[in-house]
Amino acid sequence: MKDFLSKIGSNESVAGYLFILPNFLGFLVFTFFPVIVSLCLSFVDWDILTPPKFVGLANFVALLGFHREGGVIVANDPLFWKYIGNTLFFMLNIPICMAGALVVAMVMNQKLKGIVIFRTIFFLPSICAGVALCLLWKWILNPDYGLLNQILGAVFSLFHINAALPGWLSNPAWAKPGIMLMGFWGAIGGMNMILYLAALQGVPKELYEAAEIDGANGWRKFWAVTMPFISPTTFFIAIMGVISGFQSGFMQAYVMTEGGPAGATTTIDYYIYNNAYQWLHMGYASAIAWFLFIVIFLVTLVNWRFGGKLVHY
Amino acid sequence: MAVVEEVAISQQEFSEGYILARKRKAARDITIKTLTYIALSVIGVSMLIPLLWMLSTSLKEPGAVFSSSMQWIPNPVVWQNYVEAWNAQPFGRFYLNSIFVGAMVTIGQVVTSSMAAYAFARLEFPGRDKLFFAYLATMMIPGAVTMIPQFILVRKLNWVDTYWALILPGLFSAFGTFMLRQFFMTLPRDLEEAAKIDGCSLFGIYWKIIMPLSMPALATLTTMTFMGSWNNFMWPLIVTNSLEMKTLPIGLQAFQGQFSVEWTLLMAASLFTLLPVIVVFLAGQRYFVEGIQMGAIKG
Repeated sequence: MKDFLSKIGSNESVAGYLFILPNFLGFLVFTFFPVIVSLCLSFVDWDILTPPKFVGLANFVALLGFHREGGVIVANDPLFWKYIGNTLFFMLNIPICMAGALVVAMVMNQKLKGIVIFRTIFFLPSICAGVALCLLWKWILNPDYGLLNQILGAVFSLFHINAALPGWLSNPAWAKPGIMLMGFWGAIGGMNMILYLAALQGVPKELYEAAEIDGANGWRKFWAVTMPFISPTTFFIAIMGVISGFQSGFMQAYVMTEGGPAGATTTIDYYIYNNAYQWLHMGYASAIAWFLFIVIFLVTLVNWRFGGKLVHY
Repeated sequence: MAVVEEVAISQQEFSEGYILARKRKAARDITIKTLTYIALSVIGVSMLIPLLWMLSTSLKEPGAVFSSSMQWIPNPVVWQNYVEAWNAQPFGRFYLNSIFVGAMVTIGQVVTSSMAAYAFARLEFPGRDKLFFAYLATMMIPGAVTMIPQFILVRKLNWVDTYWALILPGLFSAFGTFMLRQFFMTLPRDLEEAAKIDGCSLFGIYWKIIMPLSMPALATLTTMTFMGSWNNFMWPLIVTNSLEMKTLPIGLQAFQGQFSVEWTLLMAASLFTLLPVIVVFLAGQRYFVEGIQMGAIKG
């Protein structure tokens, strides 16, 4: 104890605490306490205006529970499950975008003149993230006058295809693919591509030469040399993608679709926002947020545990 | 056997074969190069097309966008759209707000994160590693969990619709601390040891040695933080009510509510909100790209 106190009292310790203090205060006020408060809120019913009422697990029962209605078992909050489904559907974009980013990185992985210019252009869409980009894509996806349907229409008539053009954001079946297309466009040249590029540049040339001597063709070299070697990067991108994928879709829903049509683009994050700030169900919103937290935590844990085994070397 | 065959190849045959192989390789290299350039150009064009479409739309006459034929070069070119969009909402004010909030958040994060990162990387004190682990763990908490209590706090303090609400929660970052700490760990210690012997204080070491040596990492954090703040949407949306306090993304969203189908004006406004991020990106591109790689080197 005495030893501990003298350590704390030493010059370096005091300095250490002082250096951390500003950041630590912010951490306490804006992260640590909010997490605790949020947990407490998930057990109350509160509309901000009147005093909160303790309701025990009622929020979680309303969220996750089921009841019998005329002989059929139905969810207490069917919308919640629908929005979970939407969120998972959007997350299908993660592997698609990863594959796209890898392809772009492999094309980029050459010693060529002017490659920096290409890198800048490829990166541009991911820089422009934000409301402006959502507006741009809302316009591009416009069923009647949008750029995408104009191009599709031209292609269709060129090949004499007699099919209706997709309604994109105005059609519940096409709204999600439309938003995913925007995500794909923004993602394949961005951060993940840069990460893949760095990983590809780290693959030793000798390995490829050895594979060539063994008679491996390009395809075989890719699966036997490249993929195992860049697996840590793939793993990292996948984990980060899943963590953020569960929390995504708010801005797209708010700016482009208001969660529609027919709730087709409402994600969990947008549902939490509506519960908290539109309908003032602070307790219920906190319960959903905590459910999300636990899901993310568990999925990340599973990823670490089992995904780690797929990482070679 | 193989040795005998090898010897059997005459010198001339060998050199001819060698030259042929080299020629073939050179031809193959040129083909690969050409194909790569073609692939790069195709990707580049598809990246640029939507952005060019935004530019094109923003310069058209209002009626010209509702036509079934694709028109890329506006005729006539209507620069007036930009003036009209700029004046339809107080965009000047939104710009100032975004710049002010972005600058404050960036300065704050760089200062608080670098100080904490220095302590985590270099100073010995009880509880250091546990605390650092707690920082790491918080990066997994969804924003939705902390945002509701943050909003309640801001409301209790009567800070709704003030710069305090927009800036304060953004001043501290676990990610920035983590990233800088990783960078500081890679710096050689010799200079610090020498400075210590010369009687330099710990703050002096932080300010005069660590910080100047870390300019690339600090530039990375600066670029990332500023662009993050510039594009931040949900938090400013929640804590601002009045027009005077809105940042650019929120202002742009309000503008959409006002002119929902006037695509020429919407695209003009979208373009001028994007301009600063594009400029910051082009200026700090190197640091940005390096920073991404730095952030990925975990554990």
